[in-house]
Amino acid sequence: MPNVPSDRPRRISVQRQGPVLVEGPVEIELEDGTTVSSDRFRVALCTCRRSRRYPWCDTSHRKRG
Amino acid sequence: MAHDHAEPRLPAARGPLSAAVQEYLLGAGPLPAPEQVTDADPYGDDLQLALYLCYELHYRGFAGVPADAEWDPDLLRVRAALEERFLAALRADTRVPDTVDEAVEALLVEPVEGNGVSHFLRDEGELWQLREYAAQRSVYHLKEADPHGWVLPRLWGRAKAAMAAVEFDEWGGGRADRVHARLFADLMADLDLDTGYGHYLDDVCAEALATVNLMSLFGLHRSLRGALVGHFASVEITSSPGSRRLAEALRRTGAGPAAVHFYDEHVEADAVHEQVVRNEVIAGLLEAEPHLAADVAFGIAATDTVEDRLATRLLADWRAGRSSLRTPLDAPHHAPQTSHSF
Repeated sequence: MPNVPSDRPRRISVQRQGPVLVEGPVEIELEDGTTVSSDRFRVALCTCRRSRRYPWCDTSHRKRG
Repeated sequence: MAHDHAEPRLPAARGPLSAAVQEYLLGAGPLPAPEQVTDADPYGDDLQLALYLCYELHYRGFAGVPADAEWDPDLLRVRAALEERFLAALRADTRVPDTVDEAVEALLVEPVEGNGVSHFLRDEGELWQLREYAAQRSVYHLKEADPHGWVLPRLWGRAKAAMAAVEFDEWGGGRADRVHARLFADLMADLDLDTGYGHYLDDVCAEALATVNLMSLFGLHRSLRGALVGHFASVEITSSPGSRRLAEALRRTGAGPAAVHFYDEHVEADAVHEQVVRNEVIAGLLEAEPHLAADVAFGIAATDTVEDRLATRLLADWRAGRSSLRTPLDAPHHAPQTSHSF
């Protein structure tokens, strides 16, 4: 990555129920200091903490009925 | 593992309609008469295979069939008659929610006690059933996301940009080894299945053919672009939890890493795609063309209709200990028949 500021801020979409959506690529530092990365065009980050693929959303936030 | 670039072999006919289409493609006979179409079961083997043959000319074609057959006006007339039968049956058998939101909401609720195919395979599926499932789905997954590509020139603005982004992801994000169709071929290899495009076309049931014909029908008609978007949304919304269950089934039965990876990738990818398709593709399309809302809802609900039919068929066969394929995978003469007996 070149060391220049991006020409626009990175877009992050939040919603009351569901993941945070971040424009990729991303590198995420976890609590234990390890990092995971994704070069998908957009990534969905878990906010409900129920994902079995944390920090990525796996749709576990969905209502069950 | 090498992908074959050869055109697939024409499958054996399953009745008078598919026999006539097949022979016409080989230059060996006339097309079916219109009354043969109106008499056929719209979900049956014969009509579904005949339609599949017509549609496949737009994808990879068949060995021994001229590429120009794709735009043969007489064949297109027959295809239109087949489509009319299929679409009329779908409209009659599908309860379409009043709004797109209602249709989407229904997909977003995860049943506590699910009874679908992925639940069955996770809880009690055996390796032979997982192999059959992969063979049945191969008619779609070896061209995964291709039928939805037809809609791109028919969208613009937000809907187009988002649809193209999701398709780019489906097609590997610029990397051949990540194309989802390629990941599925790797899964098939892990399950000791033949990865050739169209290899299992002779074996899959009519209900599996119908799931692919639905996408081709929606994809190839600009008039059905709303339904295509609805179909895509339905697939992307339901894929993530379903893929998780299938990955669990594959781990439990000891399938190889590529098999597990295919579904793991879909858990993650489709959790994103779901959001993009709902918030950008559907919302963008309906912002530009609000009159397509009923078509989007129909696309979602019709996907349910054909998927339910496939699930019912697979579960009925497996619960009875029967193969769901026309020729079981372990049959000694698995090589497809060339005769026209049906």
